[in-house]
Amino acid sequence: MNWKTEWKWLAGFAAAFFAFYFLPVGAPRFDGAVTEALELTKWYTREHVLLCLVPALLIAGGISAFVSQASVMRYFGAQANKILSYGVASVSGTILTVCSCTVLPLFAGIYKRGAGLGPAIAFLYSGPAINVLAIVLTARILGFEMGLARAIGAVVFSVVIGLAMHFIFIKEEAAKAQSQADLPVPEAIRPLWQTVLYFAAMCAVLVFANWGKAGETSGFFYAVYSVKWPLTSLSALAFAFFVVRWFGADRIKIIAASSATAVLALVFHDMPVIAFSAGFIGLSWAINGEEGELGDWFSASWELSKQIFPLLLGGVFVSGFLLGRPGHEGVIPSAWVAWAVGGNSFAANFFSSIVAAFMYFATLTEVPILQGFIGSGMGKGPALALLLAGPALSLPSMLVLKSVMGAKKTAVYVALVVIMATFSGMFYGAFF
Amino acid sequence: MKTIQILGMGCPKCNKLYEHAEAAAKELGIEYKMEKISDINKITDMGVMMTPALAVDGTVKISGRVPTVEALKELLK
Repeated sequence: MNWKTEWKWLAGFAAAFFAFYFLPVGAPRFDGAVTEALELTKWYTREHVLLCLVPALLIAGGISAFVSQASVMRYFGAQANKILSYGVASVSGTILTVCSCTVLPLFAGIYKRGAGLGPAIAFLYSGPAINVLAIVLTARILGFEMGLARAIGAVVFSVVIGLAMHFIFIKEEAAKAQSQADLPVPEAIRPLWQTVLYFAAMCAVLVFANWGKAGETSGFFYAVYSVKWPLTSLSALAFAFFVVRWFGADRIKIIAASSATAVLALVFHDMPVIAFSAGFIGLSWAINGEEGELGDWFSASWELSKQIFPLLLGGVFVSGFLLGRPGHEGVIPSAWVAWAVGGNSFAANFFSSIVAAFMYFATLTEVPILQGFIGSGMGKGPALALLLAGPALSLPSMLVLKSVMGAKKTAVYVALVVIMATFSGMFYGAFF
Repeated sequence: MKTIQILGMGCPKCNKLYEHAEAAAKELGIEYKMEKISDINKITDMGVMMTPALAVDGTVKISGRVPTVEALKELLK
């Protein structure tokens, strides 16, 4: 036996053996937690996958296929206007960081070969928080005002933290030799307004299909709610037109898919989800075999789905097991959560920020985890603090940052993020 | 003999590009050597900001996307 390689198996067997041997099946808390995990995963699957996640994935895939990332990169060059660099850095995460693994190389590139420390930090901070999927999911699961607060907080504080880093290290940065990256030259394939309309139509489908029932029975929000499906259909029709007219989709296939959707919508008008599903299945059918951009769009969305679904549903399951659905308990007693991060005290916000800064959140799993915490008594302020500090930092990313910009700058950055997240949490918690 | 370098920090897209590049080189029947570069400082020093990227003999050819095997065959010829 070669124990140098085989010990891992032995350790694995031993761990599994003892875990199952002492598995507390039958203990009310454990059994309750398993039920909670299954219930929460079921709820996610029913409520969020078809109407919300699938269209969001198609939008995210579209962004990576149709938006020229290179055209944004020129604002990060060493010669670029500095004010513009900060502005673009703070919002460009929306289109550049569809995949969270691209944030660090971009950060290193902007820092070493482009606009310098400040814009690089601004980009690093806001990127993970404002990609399309993160915003859509936060707003949908945690409430609209939380989604908005997250996006605004990320954008505003990215500039503040970027500027702070710039001025703290202004001497060191001035001494640094400038080298310019070979930024790729963008090539325009179609006029910008066509791309904008295409995304607008897709976003309209997403927004109207998910339009929530408001409390009151009159007013603007209710009026939109009562005609949400006609509005969704109109947006979808406009979208179908754009895809055929400007993006070269197969006319026959799109017409076939739209007709099938329309028929299903009339037959099953009580269950709009059937027609909605037929719509995106038809769209996928029409574009998946295409060469070029349309094929890229489909495969980008597909790759994202493969990456995100297992993580997200796994995260939902674990979160349900540990914390339960809102109003129910998982393995962790709600009283503990309420004690640590309940209310809106400085201690609660600070605790939430610092834990979030070190913890690693796989793409988007911060949302179900946070939902579990809020359901167990976490305050709204500490929740926002977690959203602002969490995805921007983790222990693994700190190690990479240290190798790029050194221990001192990394420490200052971490401190700034934790402080900012703490105070914005308190500020938000005071209002909501 | 061509050295095909894949630049990326180990995200799914980088692995995909690695597979595509290897498949393309095999189909062409050229002599090649695959290399993975995952050190972020080295990636930046090669002038790449968008990963995954592909370099042939030290020259960056593709950055920020994963082309099809067919497109990579054209590029590796």
